Amino acid sequence: MTDTVTTHGVPEGALPEPTPPQRPRRPHKLRAYPIFRVVVLTLTVLLFIAPLVWMVVASLKTNVDIYDPDKTFFFTPTLENYANVLGRNNYFVFIFNSFWVALWSTVFSLILGVPAAYAMSRFTMHRSAMVVLMARIIPGVSLLVPWYFIFANLRLVGGFGVLILSHMFVALPLIVYLMMSFFDSLPTELEDAAQVDGLTPIGAFLRITLPLSVPGLATAGILSFIFSWNNFMFALVLSGANTKTLPVAIFNFVSYASIDWGSLMSAAVIVTVPIMVIALFTQKYVVSGLTAGATKG
Amino acid sequence: MAVMVDTKVTAWKAYSTWANHHRKWLFAAPAMIFVGLLIAVPLAWTVYLSLTDAQGSVRAESKFVGIANYLKVFGDTERFWPAVLRTFMFTGGAVAAEMVLGMGIALLLWRPFKGEKWVRVAILMPLVATPVAVGMMWRLIFDPNIGFANQFLSWFGIPPQPWLSGQTTALPTLIFVDVWQWTPMIVLILLAGLTSLSEEPDEAARIDGASSWQRFRFVTLPLLRSTVIVAIVLRGIDALKTFDILYATKGKGGGSFHEVETLNVYAFGLSFDYNDYGIASTVLILFFLLIIAIMWMVTYRRKAER
Repeated sequence: MTDTVTTHGVPEGALPEPTPPQRPRRPHKLRAYPIFRVVVLTLTVLLFIAPLVWMVVASLKTNVDIYDPDKTFFFTPTLENYANVLGRNNYFVFIFNSFWVALWSTVFSLILGVPAAYAMSRFTMHRSAMVVLMARIIPGVSLLVPWYFIFANLRLVGGFGVLILSHMFVALPLIVYLMMSFFDSLPTELEDAAQVDGLTPIGAFLRITLPLSVPGLATAGILSFIFSWNNFMFALVLSGANTKTLPVAIFNFVSYASIDWGSLMSAAVIVTVPIMVIALFTQKYVVSGLTAGATKG
Repeated sequence: MAVMVDTKVTAWKAYSTWANHHRKWLFAAPAMIFVGLLIAVPLAWTVYLSLTDAQGSVRAESKFVGIANYLKVFGDTERFWPAVLRTFMFTGGAVAAEMVLGMGIALLLWRPFKGEKWVRVAILMPLVATPVAVGMMWRLIFDPNIGFANQFLSWFGIPPQPWLSGQTTALPTLIFVDVWQWTPMIVLILLAGLTSLSEEPDEAARIDGASSWQRFRFVTLPLLRSTVIVAIVLRGIDALKTFDILYATKGKGGGSFHEVETLNVYAFGLSFDYNDYGIASTVLILFFLLIIAIMWMVTYRRKAER
């Protein structure tokens, strides 16, 4: 299969050889394309990566250097900003909070979402699936107001429980959506065979389907962790002083009169780099999750 | 073997049979109840709030005022309608630019080549970066005095721009930020679609002497149609609801002149900066209906054209 793809991909350059006299203009055009492609793609990569590099560079500068246009590229790097953010501003607490909320909202969403996705896929429960997927469409603010009403009356605002619940609202529909398309593409033969051999349907799900679904579960889990880690709006309203997540902590940096750019950038690096490293090592899963359902009709 | 001796075993068997028989709802119900409680109840509450004059403290008494809030919002040409317009401008501008750029990059990445892996890794980075941090990052780059953007322009003799702090330039600048962050998503989706296409139609068109543009316009694009629509729908929903980068760069009310105040930012501000829950709920209901209407139109057109 891959063989046919690559041999079809190559003829771009190899095509002129079998038909030399008829098309004199073609070889020229085809040789220009690879160069054009390399140049444009290099520029694209540069455009996407340069701002991130700039963020890291600024985080290594003192505030004096940031204000000095002569020191745009040449400066003495310092870790002072990181010491400031991690030490004096106590970012370890926020890192833990973000991690804790992302972890548990992902775990609980998987526990609730995976069986649901399985049932919706195997029994083609389209209407039920729509209910869960509605959560992807609804603007989060419209739920925040009633949640805030309810949770403030229960005096729960500011605790981890509320934050985890609110992040599950993002994670659960995502997991159901991803796992549904995963189960749709998983053949039922193995389950059927297991049932013939004496397993109950639930047993077949637990012992056959779930172990086969590890790639799908990884995709769903990683993406839901990333989305929870990056979530800002829910935590902005529902977190308290002790449960503040990283995005909220970064946002609070600018509430003061003048911006401490160096520390702000190092805080931004602290929140983005872990997630980028995770994405780097789990690239295959992240991409398959983000593009799930794209090639179905 | 089947002699019933142990009642415990039979009880378990009966339960197991029951569970397996009802597994459809046993599996689906917990998630649906969770979603129902967290969405249906709050949504109903929002509808109710939009009919009251709730404001101030969360525990304050509120009065039922009927559709007064809706009339007030519909007559509000100062904040509401401009916010609607900005929501459309932001979403339309960002999604259009992302689709064009995304399609271009996806086509360039389509045929395998050396180093392809690195390009894919590179474009994945903006996508997973935390939006608030991204907002802060661009805030520094676009700073009128110390930002790299103006320094870059000065190399070409272009005068400094106000970028995010300008009343007319803030929204286009934020569209640019959105395009920077989310074009990769379109690239990945379209690339997944492109790689699933069969090569024969394209090959046939090439043998028939079609130019690259003709092959794209009349062969690849029509075949890719459903993927393109999925990309537009997914990105459109998120773009309409964009909040993080707007709030992180311009703060409350979308800046001092409300220059980037979209419906989502407006509703959030009404709710949590001004505690005007009644009006906020009204705006949210209208916003929600708007999103549903747009999504319905896109998917309806898709069905009608089949």
